[in-house]
Amino acid sequence: MHLKYESFVREPLVDGEKNYHQVTEDIVRPIEQKPGRMWYVGFFFSVLLLGWGVFSVFWEVYYGIGVWGINRTVGWGWDITNFVWWVGIGHAGTLISAILLLFRQGWRTGVNRAAEAMTIFAVMCAGQFPIFHMGRVWDAFFVLPYPNSRGPLWPNFNSALMWDVFAISTYFTVSLLFWYSGLVPDFATIRDRAKTKLRKRLYGLASFGWTGTAKNWQRHEALSLVLAGLSTPLVLSVHTIVSFDFATSVIPGWHTTIFPPYFVAGAIFSGFAMVNTLLIVCRKIMGLEDYITVGHLEAMNKVIVLTGSIVGVAYLTELFMAWYSQVVYEQDAFKWRIMGPYWWSYWAMMTCNVVSPQLFWFKKLRRNIPFTFVMSIVVNIGMWFERFVIIVTSLYRDYLPGSWTYYSPTWTEMGFYVGTFGLFFTCFFLFAKYFPVIAIAEIKFILKTSGESFKKDMAPIDAKSTEEFKHELEHAHH
Amino acid sequence: MAIKKFAVACYNDEEVLFPAVKKVRHSGFKLHDVYTPFPVHGLDHALGLKETDLHVAGFIYGITGTATAVGFMSWIFTSDWPINFGGKPHWSLPAFIPITFELTVLFAAVGMVLTFCYLNQIMPGVKKHVFHPRQSDDLFVVALEISDANEQEAINFLKTTGAVETSVQIAESEWWYGRFDKEEPYEKYTTVNG
Repeated sequence: MHLKYESFVREPLVDGEKNYHQVTEDIVRPIEQKPGRMWYVGFFFSVLLLGWGVFSVFWEVYYGIGVWGINRTVGWGWDITNFVWWVGIGHAGTLISAILLLFRQGWRTGVNRAAEAMTIFAVMCAGQFPIFHMGRVWDAFFVLPYPNSRGPLWPNFNSALMWDVFAISTYFTVSLLFWYSGLVPDFATIRDRAKTKLRKRLYGLASFGWTGTAKNWQRHEALSLVLAGLSTPLVLSVHTIVSFDFATSVIPGWHTTIFPPYFVAGAIFSGFAMVNTLLIVCRKIMGLEDYITVGHLEAMNKVIVLTGSIVGVAYLTELFMAWYSQVVYEQDAFKWRIMGPYWWSYWAMMTCNVVSPQLFWFKKLRRNIPFTFVMSIVVNIGMWFERFVIIVTSLYRDYLPGSWTYYSPTWTEMGFYVGTFGLFFTCFFLFAKYFPVIAIAEIKFILKTSGESFKKDMAPIDAKSTEEFKHELEHAHH
Repeated sequence: MAIKKFAVACYNDEEVLFPAVKKVRHSGFKLHDVYTPFPVHGLDHALGLKETDLHVAGFIYGITGTATAVGFMSWIFTSDWPINFGGKPHWSLPAFIPITFELTVLFAAVGMVLTFCYLNQIMPGVKKHVFHPRQSDDLFVVALEISDANEQEAINFLKTTGAVETSVQIAESEWWYGRFDKEEPYEKYTTVNG
């Protein structure tokens, strides 16, 4: 039998007087009700942004890549900056759903569903940038290794950019499968209590006919565990490979071995910030404060201060290595980052990513919701600047002073970026309306150990001596 | 397809379910299945179910992915279309690692999910009989396969196990293609004791 006892030192993960039915009610109710005015307003603006993005992309495809501000020296600008930024944001979802599952972190259950959804939408946004950066987007399928009439001429599997194609598409597929396999039983819950015919039919389709027999659940647990085991190295590999896009080149500022761990830490840093941004709004609007508690937000703030510090150490290591290498190109690249024409982007990055997250060492601030919300946005601004700094300030002054340049984006590039926000939030609004935002079955699974009302009943157990408790446990189930 | 008669008991707590399952297994009645709204740890052992071999399938799929990636890239770079990249060896194994890893994970994950769906017999469009609408909410449901002869005996037995609700149902025991918004004619639902 499962031990239904958890120390009082740990704060409850589900607040309030809840039983299994109440959990279902709380999480499924927003799906069954008509959405509020806030939802319509938010959804409308998201679609508007998406439309603007579609127009910007159309303009780029029609007139060619020349409508962007990138030039012969700065070949990668906002597009690749945004690609890396969005992929990085996705990483938190997999960290929460996979790595924290392997680490048996109970608090992940409240936030994993929404975080995984965020991962999938963020990777969808990220994927747009390299695809449209190709210029002749109608030939984008050339990256796929299919038998073709040109030889067959295969893509170069030794190229970091080709690795990226495999990494991002695998990451998207596996995240989607992991997310959906968790959703199947929850769709069955919605289906079984559905009052309208349409809802019963659609959720019946989405639930794959799941009924939840003991064997079903046994396989489900095995599947989740193995998918978590697969996703853990996968998520580390994805941003490692993204960093290889830079690190395998011979550009000063890019050609460093610190890139993989530094990119992964930065990805988790920005991803957790985005999870905080989304969930602080979500819990408020959907009334899910009992499931996404201040304790959850605090746990994520702890991850933010840890990964923010790792990123800070990485920035300082880069500076040290530039000096220590005695390579004049490397030294100049970093000198100009700090006080060249793009000094503002470097200092924005330093302030937002290294200095401000240190405030989370204070427990009061970690548990302060408005402060957390502001910080979550500050961190993501900082992480955007980090990618901008890495990409643009390594390129604009290359080996040949005659081709030095200054890069700024045009409206199509900005519109494209804004458009991915539209795509992201359109998807997220639809998800919040039609999908269970919190994993229902998983919350029920931890309810009796970590629910507030059940923890109260543990007071007599907590008062017992260890010997007494052990003795009773051994004799209880025979 | 087989339409059968079931005696169904609903429990409102897993603490009641465990002793009930124990009694059912000793009672001699034919247990059809147990339905729970979330994974109840230890239930598979209480029912005497074997461990699943799903992870073994995952391993085999993964190895297939590894072999596919290494084999495909090796064949292309050494025999089908060898290209000289900066004088490096054609068979440059370290550069194959990232794609090999990704394909291992991809094959393992996709293969496992498909196997999971096959073993559980789930797919969009598949319908199975739901013994109680709250079996995915807060009830733990035990279904026994019965005949007309032992119907009353089974219900009387289930009432002694702490069930909050019992019923006799005639239903399809397997899956079929169907819609959840449509009630099939053979899904009779007779509540004996509500």
